[in-house]
Amino acid sequence: MLWQKALPGADVVIRGARVCDPTEGIDAQLEVRIDGGTIAEVAEEVDANGHRVVDADGLVLAPAFVDPHVHLRTPGREDEETVASGTAAAAAGGYCAILAMPNTDPIVDSAATLGALVEAARGEAEVPVGFLAAITRGQRGEELTEMGELADTGAVAFSDDGMPVASAGLMRRALQYASITDRPLALHCEEPTLSHGGHVHEGRVAAELGFTGYPSVAESVAVERDLALAGYESGRVHVLHLSAAESVDALRRAREAGVAASGEATPHHLVLTDDAVRSLDPNVKMNPPLRAEQDRVALLDAVRDGTIEAIATDHAPHAAHEKDVPFEAAPFGVTGLETAFAVLHTHLVQPGLLPLGTLLERMSAGPARIFGLDRPRVATGARANLVLLDLECEWTVGEQPFRSRSDNSWLLGSRLKGVVRMTLAGGGVAFE
Amino acid sequence: MIRLVTDDLRPPGDPPKRHLLSVGDLTRNDVERLLGTARTFETSLERHVKKLPTLKGHLIVNLFYESSTRTSSSFELAAKRLSADTLTVKSVGSSVDKGESLKDTALTLGAYDPDVIVIRHPQIGAPQLVARVTDAHVVNAGDGKHQHPTQALLDLYTLREECGRLDGLHVAIVGDVLHSRVARSLVQAFALVGIRTTLVGPPALLPRELPAETFTDIEAIQDANVVYVLRMQNERMEAGANFVPSLREYTARWGITPERLGPGQKVMHPGPMNRGVEIDPRVADSPDSLITRQVRSGLVVRMAVLYDLFTGGPVGVQALAAAEVA
Repeated sequence: MLWQKALPGADVVIRGARVCDPTEGIDAQLEVRIDGGTIAEVAEEVDANGHRVVDADGLVLAPAFVDPHVHLRTPGREDEETVASGTAAAAAGGYCAILAMPNTDPIVDSAATLGALVEAARGEAEVPVGFLAAITRGQRGEELTEMGELADTGAVAFSDDGMPVASAGLMRRALQYASITDRPLALHCEEPTLSHGGHVHEGRVAAELGFTGYPSVAESVAVERDLALAGYESGRVHVLHLSAAESVDALRRAREAGVAASGEATPHHLVLTDDAVRSLDPNVKMNPPLRAEQDRVALLDAVRDGTIEAIATDHAPHAAHEKDVPFEAAPFGVTGLETAFAVLHTHLVQPGLLPLGTLLERMSAGPARIFGLDRPRVATGARANLVLLDLECEWTVGEQPFRSRSDNSWLLGSRLKGVVRMTLAGGGVAFE
Repeated sequence: MIRLVTDDLRPPGDPPKRHLLSVGDLTRNDVERLLGTARTFETSLERHVKKLPTLKGHLIVNLFYESSTRTSSSFELAAKRLSADTLTVKSVGSSVDKGESLKDTALTLGAYDPDVIVIRHPQIGAPQLVARVTDAHVVNAGDGKHQHPTQALLDLYTLREECGRLDGLHVAIVGDVLHSRVARSLVQAFALVGIRTTLVGPPALLPRELPAETFTDIEAIQDANVVYVLRMQNERMEAGANFVPSLREYTARWGITPERLGPGQKVMHPGPMNRGVEIDPRVADSPDSLITRQVRSGLVVRMAVLYDLFTGGPVGVQALAAAEVA
């Protein structure tokens, strides 16, 4: 279900690192030998075997990251991102796998469009990439796509991300039909008659600045509806970019009731609140919007307790001229692949709000599990999907050019602590 | 609790230029200084020759993306009374019609090295964008539903002239608060000078969580010294939005009529009025109406704002770089 350009399998020995794989229960000084892209030995001391030796003294070696929510803008907006540039950005961010959303131009709603993307990925993807296909044709929310054929062509899951499936009846049919594919539905939960025209979370900041409010309830009523339908149809659903405390509560209750539901949160919703909008910087405009402190705390609690299993960037590149406009005229979305680990390490792990092991799990094993992907791990016999992290190094976002074609990062100019030194993806060295 | 990433993640920019973008940027001292300057100009306008040489040789550009009578005419006249050169660009009939972006229009006008750009725009944040891409002092003459700081200043000026004080006054703002940049600016300005604010209107037109007392019952205007009537913004009312069932019902419940006003209660309105909708014509034309007085205040207050950008102390927190003043 994932595709990548042909990379030579790495022959590498990594020495001196603290190996940290929370899912395997490993946190120790170990050495790792990789033969032809496959982990051959994990031990206190391994033979170099003539391989290149990477001195990882003081670094952390962990399973590389999996991003279940990326916009590669291809086909249609190759000026903003391509499969090559987006996967290069992913490699630089420590990712060994990303999933791309289908809201491109044209929409990925046919086997032909999906097949062309798969071909492109085979030729140019720096890290393995998978593709979601649309739930409805043209994401118009009217007719189902041919999910059977799309799954056969390689769709990892189905999503109308960017647009909600507004009709409850159609959502029910989608849940029913998707069951034959054994693929989850990834849901953008938004009740459009409540979010209508909204740019900013409905709260004090929107009231003071004059923005039409996009209330939390516009998300949570849609989450409640879709979880109820998923329970009724025994479907598998994944709730994208959760933002509101009420939505998190709904997800927690549904999971306790046995619904096959998962959820994700983005770095920006975990670190920022709507207070950031006071800057009127178009790079803090995203959908769903940044919400209140209580929402941010609820998201963080849910990441901690596992209600939210995945951290997703919702990497959404935009051309500079489209963001260099008044806040209200700017499109929704920010980039995130190249900063996700660093910003969460800086603002959640360093102050002691989130254990490093939990962050590593939610950025790797969690999303892999949700989408049925092979879990990146530090274990003999596993393909090398590893990231080498320097937790002490400080850097300024934007000083080095982004590998993404777009630079609409909400972190431009900020100092972060923690940097990716090397990424092995699909057995090859994708970044160093 | 983590320290929220708000300002420390922003790139370090050049020292800020002095602008008037929001009432939120002003201190009480700024307001007092501006009102005092306006008073001085009012006296000067009583003279036979009304033109002052103060801003001779300076260029002031008025960039208007929304229709306006009061604001655009008073900014233009204010600039002329101070002997500045003025250039007025309206979106209709300019390159904006050809799809030019705000950034490019601002860069184009910025190439003439204007000292001040006065901008009105339907989108929140437009003045901030102009301030970012040009070297001019920027004055916000209204941006979407966000801010209209010179309106708030001229209203403070009017209130002080008519009531003799600001501290301790009670003003009821009535109507479509949700879509009103005037109301937003007034709530901040009133808080700054110690005026008690009451917001009154239909439930869906009162924004949640605005820091002021809010009521849906029109009776709540009774205790106020002044009733500030907002325009029912038809142009912002999308069909089917159902903020109120009908204008007729709005007028019946919240329209300001002579019967709803107490003796001596003053009435203000930022204009343009919908007579017979939010305000009864008998109220608009009564001796207790300060509406024409507001327009006159607009001229001297805008003269004071333009003057202050060049010469006064810092205008608000945006103005830490006072040394930069021309």
